[in-house]
Amino acid sequence: MTTTQEHAPNPAAGDPNRPIGFGRIQRKEDPRFVRGKGNYIDDIVLPGMLHGAILRAPVAHARLVSIDTTEALAHPKVRAVITGKDLQGLNLAWAPTLSADVQAVLVTDKVRFQGQEVAFVVAEDRYAARDALELIDVEYDVLPPLVDARRALDPGAPVIRDDIEGRTDNRIFDWEVGDAAETEAVFATADVVVAQEVVYPRVHPAPMETCGAVADFDPVDGRLTLYETTQAPHAHRTLYAIVAGIPEHKIRIVSPDIGGGFGNKVGIYPGYVLAVVGSIVTGKPVKWVEDRSENLMSTSFARDYIMQGEIAATKEGKILAVRTSVLADHGAFNATAQPTKNPAGFFSIFTGSYDLKAAYCKVTGVYTNKAPGGVAYACSFRVTEAVYLVERMVDVLARKLDMDPAELRLKNFIKPEQFPYANKTGWVYDSGNYEPAMRLSMQMAGYEDLRREQREKRGRGELMGIGVSFFTETVGAGPRKHFDIVGLGMADGAELRVHPTGKAVVRISVQSQGQGHETTFAQIVAEELGIPPESIDVVHGDTDQTPFGLGTYGSRSTPVSGGAVALVARKVRDKAKFIAAAMLEARPEDLEWEKGRWFVKGDPSVGKTITEIAFAAHGTVPLPDGIDGNLDAEVTYDPPNLTFPFGAYICVVDVDAGTGQVKVRRFIAVDDCGTRINPMIIEGQVHGGLTDGVGMALMEIIAFDEAGNCLSSSFMDYLIPTAMEVPDWETGFTVTPSPHHPIGAKGIGESATVGSPPAIVNAIVDALAPFGVTHMDMPCTPARVWEAMQGRARPPV
Amino acid sequence: MQIPAPFDYERASDVANALALLERHGPESRAIAGGHSLLPMMKLRLARPEWLIDINDLAELDFIRREGDQLCVGALTRHTALLESTEVAGLFPIVRDAELVIADPVVRNRGTIGGSLCQADPAEDLSTVCDVLRAKAVIRGPGGERIVPMSDFHRGPYETAVAQNELLCEIRFTIRPRSGSAYEKVERRVGDWAVVAAGAAVVLSADGTIEEAAVGLTSVGLDGTVGEAEAVLRGQQPQEDLFVEAARIAAAACHPVDDQRGPVDYKRHLADELTRRVLRRACVRATGAEEG
Repeated sequence: MTTTQEHAPNPAAGDPNRPIGFGRIQRKEDPRFVRGKGNYIDDIVLPGMLHGAILRAPVAHARLVSIDTTEALAHPKVRAVITGKDLQGLNLAWAPTLSADVQAVLVTDKVRFQGQEVAFVVAEDRYAARDALELIDVEYDVLPPLVDARRALDPGAPVIRDDIEGRTDNRIFDWEVGDAAETEAVFATADVVVAQEVVYPRVHPAPMETCGAVADFDPVDGRLTLYETTQAPHAHRTLYAIVAGIPEHKIRIVSPDIGGGFGNKVGIYPGYVLAVVGSIVTGKPVKWVEDRSENLMSTSFARDYIMQGEIAATKEGKILAVRTSVLADHGAFNATAQPTKNPAGFFSIFTGSYDLKAAYCKVTGVYTNKAPGGVAYACSFRVTEAVYLVERMVDVLARKLDMDPAELRLKNFIKPEQFPYANKTGWVYDSGNYEPAMRLSMQMAGYEDLRREQREKRGRGELMGIGVSFFTETVGAGPRKHFDIVGLGMADGAELRVHPTGKAVVRISVQSQGQGHETTFAQIVAEELGIPPESIDVVHGDTDQTPFGLGTYGSRSTPVSGGAVALVARKVRDKAKFIAAAMLEARPEDLEWEKGRWFVKGDPSVGKTITEIAFAAHGTVPLPDGIDGNLDAEVTYDPPNLTFPFGAYICVVDVDAGTGQVKVRRFIAVDDCGTRINPMIIEGQVHGGLTDGVGMALMEIIAFDEAGNCLSSSFMDYLIPTAMEVPDWETGFTVTPSPHHPIGAKGIGESATVGSPPAIVNAIVDALAPFGVTHMDMPCTPARVWEAMQGRARPPV
Repeated sequence: MQIPAPFDYERASDVANALALLERHGPESRAIAGGHSLLPMMKLRLARPEWLIDINDLAELDFIRREGDQLCVGALTRHTALLESTEVAGLFPIVRDAELVIADPVVRNRGTIGGSLCQADPAEDLSTVCDVLRAKAVIRGPGGERIVPMSDFHRGPYETAVAQNELLCEIRFTIRPRSGSAYEKVERRVGDWAVVAAGAAVVLSADGTIEEAAVGLTSVGLDGTVGEAEAVLRGQQPQEDLFVEAARIAAAACHPVDDQRGPVDYKRHLADELTRRVLRRACVRATGAEEG
């Protein structure tokens, strides 16, 4: 049931400022970050280490005629120059992607996007490596590029993937979900139908730390140690074993401190493979760290969905059905990171938070001469696009019906008694109670007062907008029967050891890029065992040190790994019961648990704390049969379902009528992510995601010119928001625990990124209503807002 | 990390030394002050100087002082110093308007007025500011010192009257009673280059009519100030109709180009809108009334 309690009151927790378990505590990892003691890829220095640099293609589409490396090899500090031809000899010129496609590690036949990897130089220092790139002479035969995804399927469009036998067009996949006929029947008889093209332009995660690797191949024992910026070290280990033919037990992946991921660091990039090849070729460790332009031009982008949306409703505002067809620009290789059976990710959650009679979508993925990628930037496997579509469409409908957009949403929510709710595209929403969250956000915003203020301002010609969005996320992939990545089930492991003195180490398979795992997971163990969080270390990011699991993305750490950690702690607690019984000479069934100790039912004074039990486990107390002499356990958690966090967001903007500049004045975010482990960390995640949302709504786009040149290859051209563009965030919460998750938690990492762009765009469109504007696409730059005011709103692509 | 092409570096001890070094190392040597334009261009390998002559030790060029009816600003004066100077804000509020929207504090702490003017980026805010204030540039070179009005200083995008073997040393602004000035910029995000910006400066007569006016625009391909608009303003009582007319002329006079920041018609619209705004504000300031 929904509450406004962050977690159950717990008198045994002691000092509320130092909770033993859930609650606000400062992040355990922060002292090393604020003191500059983090250890990132570029901090790693190995004896004899060499440096790599990648030569990248200056054009988007060109036949490779020749590469001459003579001069580069003559550079006194250059140790190796690797080309596609060299990789062909090693059978490494092409590598499988995460979407059943292949991607060129280095160009062998033709260049397919600007910035594609052409050659790799290994030199004694990175300056020499960079300088030597200019000494490589490459001849290209330039081909007409395909930049506009809308032209990708035209007859006569350049065929980008002529490397794939039998391919004669640029279609990657057609995927549909829902019942087309049933949906058509509802649309045919509906009172009101609205249609709108909604574009989510290509954006980039742009993590503060770019991607990089240090590869150290030991030619004597054939062992590869690879330090990488990866969100999924275990999955990478398996993939390298498959791709490079190095036995998996000889591979160790270390993902040290990571300066932001947002999905940018899920896949395997050519640079990582090239660092490995460089190390094998030279017999030395090789470091490769990309620069900012390389990161923006060549690594996983996000979005790039052109969506045709339709909503059918009654004239009273009951939403009946949603239908959409999507053109998805995947770039030159289908390298999207997503569960295998979902070529469009979790886009089918476009049914939103509403009780529909029917829904249908069709997604067509196409190749273009742009960088590959597609699922990144905190998008929850394309929930971002889905939520943006439905929440924009609901506002289009509200305008058509002349209804208040908050009122329209309240009228159509799935009711609390309908959960678990099976939607029309195959999801089963685990739990939800939408109206209280919506009402709370409206109360925090002072919604009626804001509408009054808006009316007054409109009377004076001032442009003020109020935007609402309500999102349902689907995160925590996922049950292994439904979800896998290249055949690997999406489960996660956890190992817990309680040392004799009662201090604990928990080893997890997910990897933090800033989410606060070292704190959150310690708090889960603390909650379950009653050991203070500061007495629990969390080990992650090293495949030699941690159990197998699929890593951190799609807001899956708490839903999956969090479940694993809670269960492993419970396993230890159960074991502790038997040891305590032996210590107390009591029967296990006569013991009762309170946080931190087992005691004899009816006589609370007789009991043993976890610390005492831990010492006894390793001590001399005779143990019952089947109980080992330790207080350790391990589990692999296969979640029974995904979790469905939700939230109600309200944004207030002011638009300068003379210049089109948008100021986000207020933003109210009410999130429900189930049980709240560390509210401070949750708020931090929400603040970050909302800031992302401002960036995407107002300024971010990876743009290309007609020749396929990337126009957004530096932070001068790819704008990301600063503190100056964001208001003081007003956050609130309700708590509707997940019924199937061991601690009822749902995941929060991407909620705000998913939920905020539609609220901001809805607010801007609302502000522009006096000009008759019913839709505009992101990014809402001053120029694009002004064009919308002139009745000339146009898609960004 | 983005890595520039190889270069050599020397640190100048004073102006004479800096000039000698520029002379000695020849055409491929560049003076560097704050470095916030030159270094990014070098990292992207768009600029490849063989020598950098660092002038950051030239404390003799770091000053703001009043001499008679002149406000003299050393070329090495940082943006932050200009922004924080109450004297500058009082005499030439346009400078403070502009400095508030130049990049961010980190850049302003290092970047200099001399560097901004010599870089002569078409989107450079201080170029417009100096244009409308009819500033004069004091340039020193092997042949001694010369004083160049802004109208002769600018020679087009990224080009100025300062020769490779010369240094811009000082900028002088004439202080006049009953004067007012203002600057306003539209940018996609704080710290971005201007989509369009406008600057205006006026001097009122004792009877309140406009005695002198200057109107400048940033990022729209304008060479100097808009003489035609200025002629319309001169001798007239400041009022909205007049500003509208001057702004219309300014918008027609500029040559914006379509780019990621916006289409031509939007930029022309901004030139019009912003010119009206800065004229209004400059005139209010000239009357001594602080705008509310």
